[in-house]
Amino acid sequence: MSATVAPPSDGAAPAGRALEGRVGLVTGAGRGIGWATAGRLARAGARVVLNGHTDPEGLAARAAALEAETGARCLAVMADMARPVEIAGLYRTIHATFGRLDILVGNAGILEDARLGMITDDSLERVMQVNLHAAIRTVQLAARLMRRGQGGAMVLVSSIVGLRGNAGQAVYAASKAGLIGLTLSAAKELGPDRIRVNAVAPGYIETDMIRHLDPATDAARRAAIPLGRAGQAGEVADAILFLVSDSAAYITGQVLGVDGGMIL
Amino acid sequence: MSVRNRLLRVFRDVLDLAPESVVEGLRYRDLPAWNSVGHMQLVAAIEVEFDLMLDTEEIIAMSSFEDAERTVERHCGPAV
Repeated sequence: MSATVAPPSDGAAPAGRALEGRVGLVTGAGRGIGWATAGRLARAGARVVLNGHTDPEGLAARAAALEAETGARCLAVMADMARPVEIAGLYRTIHATFGRLDILVGNAGILEDARLGMITDDSLERVMQVNLHAAIRTVQLAARLMRRGQGGAMVLVSSIVGLRGNAGQAVYAASKAGLIGLTLSAAKELGPDRIRVNAVAPGYIETDMIRHLDPATDAARRAAIPLGRAGQAGEVADAILFLVSDSAAYITGQVLGVDGGMIL
Repeated sequence: MSVRNRLLRVFRDVLDLAPESVVEGLRYRDLPAWNSVGHMQLVAAIEVEFDLMLDTEEIIAMSSFEDAERTVERHCGPAV
């Protein structure tokens, strides 16, 4: 692949304050796509709940910095997506603090590679619990808060691997494919309540999830991308911002690839 | 107003019942309107009326008007 299209600056998306007055939740907001998305939502005027579970001080500091930059209320709430009781607690906090929810970005996820014959029960449980079961619980609870208001918009962060599969990632692929089924079903069920549900399917994105790859694999993945480079977390966040905004008011039940045309 | 009276109003509104209709004793699926979709509409209306968030187990177990009344009272007390 010879041509390379340069990424745009990762600065603030020029979205105006299109989400003013709305409340958004981003799960897995501590870094990567989740953090970039929280920034996009806050800069668009939304009050943002940033969820994470491993670094309370770091997440609180990030929320405070984002609030100082944007003037939008940003609240860090710790909850482990592997624990249903903590997910319920997260939503109780949102209800008690804001009394509403308009936007859900279900981004929390983990990646554990293993060949089919080497998948342990623990790994299977862990990946499905965080990537899929938690997303179902999150959609379930978000819908209840959104039904109280004027509806809402949800975006689940799937993966190109959920659409195309990948050797050594059967469990991760199954969990991300499950998110697509969840998206399609929830879009049908929640449409009458004016709740839109879409998914994004990122390709090869510069995040912590790809930094463990060996140089040969990394080079092979990049070579499979027609745009000639890996994507940036901010570029996925821009797609999410579009899908939760009123610009996508008639779009639901869709899976938007953000992959530079990647071929798997 | 008591929990019961507020719940009666919610049930009649959501299930499109006449003001004088008997709601006490009503059970899930007794009426075409109280199907799974109607149940979630009831839950949403109850949560708004009493400003609470029910647990999923409570939503599933709420299979009669009296169940709903007991559930709300557990959260709010008998007179809210």
